[in-house]
Amino acid sequence: MEQKENEKSMDSDSETMLKKVYEKSIDPASQTILLKAKQEGIETAWDRYEKQLPQCSFGQLGVCCRNCNMGPCRIDPFGEGAEKGICGATADIIVARNLLRTIAAGAAAHSDHARDAVLTFKKMSEGAAGSYAIKDEAKLLSLASEYGIPTEGKNREKVASELADALLLEFGKQTGSLLCTMRAPEPRLKLWTELGIVPRGIDREIVECMHRTHMGVDNNATHILLQGLRTGLSDGWGGSMIATDVQDILFGTPQPRMSTVNLGVLSRDKVNVIVHGHEPILSEMIVEAAEDTELLKLAQEKGAAGINIAGICCTGNETLMRHGTPIAGTFLQQELAVITGAVEAMVVDVQCVMPSLGELSGCYHTKFISTSPKADFPNTVRMEFHEEKAYETAKEIIRLAVENFPFRNPEKVNIPAEKQECMVGFSAEAILNALGGSPDPLIEAIKSGAVWGVGAVVGCNNVKIKHNYGHVNLVKELIKNNVLVVTTGCNAIACAEAGLLVPEASELAGEGLKAVCKALGIPPVLHMGSCVDISRILVLSSVLANRLGVDISDLPVAGAAPEWMSEKAVSIGAYVVSSGVFTVLGTVPPVLGSQAVTALLTRDLNNVVGASFAVEPDPFKAAALMLEHIDGKRKSLGLNSDR
Amino acid sequence: MKDLIIRPERCLGCRSCEIACAVAHSKSKSLFSALGEQPAPKKRIYVDCLPNLEISIPITCRHCEDAPCVSVCPTKALSQDEVTGIVSHNPDHCVDCWTCSMVCPRFLPLYQLILNIGCWTSSMAYNRGVISRQTDAGVKCDLCQGRDIPACVEACPTHALVFYELEEIPGTKIPETTSELTG
Ligand code: SF4
Ligand code: SF4
Ligand code: SF4
Ligand code: SF4
Repeated sequence: MEQKENEKSMDSDSETMLKKVYEKSIDPASQTILLKAKQEGIETAWDRYEKQLPQCSFGQLGVCCRNCNMGPCRIDPFGEGAEKGICGATADIIVARNLLRTIAAGAAAHSDHARDAVLTFKKMSEGAAGSYAIKDEAKLLSLASEYGIPTEGKNREKVASELADALLLEFGKQTGSLLCTMRAPEPRLKLWTELGIVPRGIDREIVECMHRTHMGVDNNATHILLQGLRTGLSDGWGGSMIATDVQDILFGTPQPRMSTVNLGVLSRDKVNVIVHGHEPILSEMIVEAAEDTELLKLAQEKGAAGINIAGICCTGNETLMRHGTPIAGTFLQQELAVITGAVEAMVVDVQCVMPSLGELSGCYHTKFISTSPKADFPNTVRMEFHEEKAYETAKEIIRLAVENFPFRNPEKVNIPAEKQECMVGFSAEAILNALGGSPDPLIEAIKSGAVWGVGAVVGCNNVKIKHNYGHVNLVKELIKNNVLVVTTGCNAIACAEAGLLVPEASELAGEGLKAVCKALGIPPVLHMGSCVDISRILVLSSVLANRLGVDISDLPVAGAAPEWMSEKAVSIGAYVVSSGVFTVLGTVPPVLGSQAVTALLTRDLNNVVGASFAVEPDPFKAAALMLEHIDGKRKSLGLNSDR
Repeated sequence: MKDLIIRPERCLGCRSCEIACAVAHSKSKSLFSALGEQPAPKKRIYVDCLPNLEISIPITCRHCEDAPCVSVCPTKALSQDEVTGIVSHNPDHCVDCWTCSMVCPRFLPLYQLILNIGCWTSSMAYNRGVISRQTDAGVKCDLCQGRDIPACVEACPTHALVFYELEEIPGTKIPETTSELTG
């Protein structure tokens, strides 16, 4: 209603502006701020995307090689020009090598994050990181036993210290394979062993990718891609899994709880601090420091009603899952949050942080604070974070934000009204708990067809797809067809914004799924955490497969990344498919320049690991592909496959 | 009317124009779908390097009706087929006088560039040779019939190709210097 009236009073210029804004995002809060950006002449990722158009065709096809300085070389996709690089590399070789480097970068990001978590854990166990403690003792003990660490007669810290050493060894391991791979169902592990893709040391696989793609080393596309799968596995069943485990011990394993999402969680009268990036190590401290009485008093003195922490991307997901800290937005909303004019501090760690935030923050009063020793950005206040004085640094950061509150310019503030409730915190443990301690009720529901299958929908935003359009429509389509959805990362936030993470959303589900959700009091879309927490999905799939006595690839399960953009997503794709889950990508990966690599990824992988990729930007068609796949798996399991 | 103008000093040799041209002349008009098309779509523009200048330059000819280059060529090295309208170049007769490039808006900026840097060793015959290759392939630049902005112009990240309003050809008033084209 209000919207309509507004529109009427606008001149035609504003109308075209509005139209453009509607084309960019399906989320009303984002549309409001995009309009504000236009009116204030502020540039966003969407504007920069337009300036990049049309994008380089060689890059899109993956046929440009810069791996040695005889190059750069590129292959003419239409066959009139060069067919080979100077060294003789064909399009197949170049595309495969580029893909392998992408996987290596993605795996590196996840696994290096994991390393830092383990190092914090180690310091905590030695008493050198006093701000941290063991929050989940049960998980500590179960992990210790998994890693063969005797616990009897030892105090918790001693166990933690020995476990940390064992975990650190996984990174530099020189013999044997990664221990977490033992969690995979037996047939899966056997298959990996036969293929020779059981990951060895976490760091080793990444280093080997860089070696293999050096000029004149690995020049066989299939051979290169097998290393891609192994590297992906070193992430999913290595780095990411370790990150999840250690973070659970340090900060607690998530349990279901309520929270709120979208730009409307920003407060009109409180100091707004955004935590953005991917690691919970600092943000946990920030959440704690926001309750510090001294700082709250200071906030009051500065005229604020309190201190409000809100997350963006996976740092946000981590604190959301464990504390119910609200989330301000997905990847593509990071700039929009600043443009609300209501953010005192944008605190970032690593990954998916746009360097544009530097210049952008300068247009408002926002302090852009970078904290990771690894990640600096233009125009930031550097407040490097080290575990030894974690809480002190967190307090300093909040203090800076509070002192910045009086500089907020009310004339520039526009906080959208949208603020959506959501139920979060579905770790694998929490899901099993909700099921009464065993996967059997879920398995029975799958067998009866009430739950037709499980869809794992994950991933980023990408300006190439209307913001959240791919995410929300794909997930809605799945639940409508009784597919229970598990989600992480920005897909989870997008679904939360669209109101799909509340128990009432079961009204949008098919009859079978609706009944199951109602009986259990859960939403039809389960938020399992951050992107490293896709490892939780792997663990859950293994539990289901083991219980049924089958491989993961036999399960009526399908994956999707409707709006993916990051290299991490490519590594995730590699391990999800190698784990046996058919995966639909919503944006085209840069591989089409090689027919061989394309055929391998979309078809032949099926004969190798029992799953493959598909590419489908249309979320409705993507859902259809997933459903078709699930039907097929149900049929093979001897279950009703007639929807 | 508007024509495609080549500004060689801006070309980085990325070949984006070539691919965009091929895609614009494919059945599907989309990069990803054009990949599998049979016959493969053909480009009308060739990025070549001028060895003596060590620069890359996109070369393309649209075989104008009543081609001005043909009418000014003093040695009749250039001729136009009355039926097909194809402009051909006979290197045996070409004396590298660059007269043709003074009337062809597309090559004028290159001519200006060469004037400026005084490098006459770069051969017009060479550029014409590239055009002949294109002619042999049986395709010519059609200024992307049906598009507002030619695909190559749109694709060029450095604006080495521009679509510029020209007054009548011949006797045309074309920009004297390449910098005049920026506007
Ligand atoms: S490795 Fe081969 S294809 Fe790549 S830049 Fe060097 S010569 Fe060219
Ligand atoms: S060389 Fe220039 S003037 Fe001659 S036909 Fe080609 S485009 Fe026209
Ligand atoms: S104007 Fe069109 S047809 Fe002519 S060279 Fe450029 S892209 Fe090709
Ligand atoms: S697109 Fe522009 S810069 Fe690239 S090769 Fe063509 S003319 Fe040169």
